[in-house]
Amino acid sequence: MDYSKVLSSTVKSIKPSGIRKFFDLLGDRKDVISLTVGEPDFQTPYHIREVGIESLERGRTYYTSNDGILELRQEICNYRNRRFGLTYNPKKEVIITVGGSEAIDLGVRALVEPGDEVIIPIPAFVCYGPIVELAHGVPVYIETKPEDEFKLTPEALKAAITPKTKLLILPFPNNPTGAVLTRDELKAIADVLRGTDIMVLADEIYGELTYGFKNTPFAAIDGMWERTITVSGFSKSYAMTGWRLGYLCAPQELVSQMHKIHQYAIMCAPTTSQLAAIEAVRNGDADIAMMRDEYDRRRKYILDGLRRIGIDCFEARGAFYVFPHIGGFGLTSEEFCQRLLDEKGVAIVPGTAFGDCGEGYARISYAYSVDHITEALEKMGEFVEELKK
Amino acid sequence: MSEENKFEFLQLLENDARLTADQLAVMLDKEVGDIKRQMKLYEQNGVILGYKTLIDWDKTDREYVTALIELKVAPQRDRGFDRVAEKIFNYPEVKSLYLMSGSFDLAVFIEGRTMKEVAYFVAQKLATIDSIVSTATHFVLRKYKDKGVVYGPAETDERGQL
Repeated sequence: MDYSKVLSSTVKSIKPSGIRKFFDLLGDRKDVISLTVGEPDFQTPYHIREVGIESLERGRTYYTSNDGILELRQEICNYRNRRFGLTYNPKKEVIITVGGSEAIDLGVRALVEPGDEVIIPIPAFVCYGPIVELAHGVPVYIETKPEDEFKLTPEALKAAITPKTKLLILPFPNNPTGAVLTRDELKAIADVLRGTDIMVLADEIYGELTYGFKNTPFAAIDGMWERTITVSGFSKSYAMTGWRLGYLCAPQELVSQMHKIHQYAIMCAPTTSQLAAIEAVRNGDADIAMMRDEYDRRRKYILDGLRRIGIDCFEARGAFYVFPHIGGFGLTSEEFCQRLLDEKGVAIVPGTAFGDCGEGYARISYAYSVDHITEALEKMGEFVEELKK
Repeated sequence: MSEENKFEFLQLLENDARLTADQLAVMLDKEVGDIKRQMKLYEQNGVILGYKTLIDWDKTDREYVTALIELKVAPQRDRGFDRVAEKIFNYPEVKSLYLMSGSFDLAVFIEGRTMKEVAYFVAQKLATIDSIVSTATHFVLRKYKDKGVVYGPAETDERGQL
């Protein structure tokens, strides 16, 4: 059978994830000191796991309502209110999703019509462009600049807007760069959008992981609530990646439409995960603080370590990544990472996996123990010394 | 160093005694000199008493047994339990000693090569101390967790590459 004739041309045209390509190189090598992983090294706090276990023991294994257990939606609204002063109606303005990824898909699909332009600042997590393309939208990439610490600037946004612009994806705190936008910087973005009908999908999955300041959700900026779909979840802040649980908050006119896609494609997020998440969001603030403090110490340590071995890096203040400049050694990012892997057994992800503008950079995750980071830094130091010769 | 910093500093060291002054300085935004001075001070005034390694001896060929011995003690006039405690903790076989509330007074953790050796120590050394009224010896069958660390197979990084 000639499958190329039966497959959707849209799906065929989508490029496989660039990060996948690099991970395939790693293969099953066991001897690698990896700084590549995009998830916490903490286990889900036990009081949260325990609720999940107990729910299984009690046989609570049924579907929930489409939008998720109301008690969980209520707790999420309570949390967003006590943390950020934001108000959402738990019955009409929240959907519990299968990870933040589903929420991104719902937001894009509910808004984008064929030919609509979606502005995506890059480097960014790899899913936005392909999801937009699947919805027959047109991704319009804005390359953020090292001199701006990879922040989206209002000038760059303004320049990218056309009459066809439907949606802005706002992926901050950012994977892979660790870049953040402060309240004032968000206000400047809001000023560009005010008076337009451009919607915003704020991917704030790393919103609890900022260092030295508290992150402001975009929906908290004056006048932005009504145009913002906020995506968040449990993976990063509560170390619950494998539970596959995220959520979105948005005005009810949007939620009622996204609800239909979710209802037909997913039905509901996993029940066990939802029950555990109630415990997380109700009693997990201290866990978040503990993990954030630990990430912050490692962040300072790895930034200092990189600078000591002669690799320049801007001070990333969010997520658990740094995005150092590795372009000064006469190698492309891919060559640098490949040789570092071959010659020293250290794995980091070339910046180009997150868009061509990542050339000259690499993503390094510090969701690892200090010992592990120390060992990797030593080997990287040797590698850089040898390159300089 | 602020009180909060000092607390964080001690907690970091308690979790990982191998952290160097350089590493601590970076993580706590302090000068290396400040860290070294503070460490010295804690060592001098006995806040930091030592730096030890957690070893799961069950994974080695070493023969050993651990026992918890509950002691009921008649407190001494003026000195309470301190005198008898001092007598007990001076034995190198005694790894830990706590004064307890409840149905007994002192909890003694002893390590020996064999059960016989431990039993002998209890009978000959502990039970013969004047103010000790009774002893109850419990042998440890398995150590699951100690000092906040779970004793089991070494952890492997099972995280997916996504």
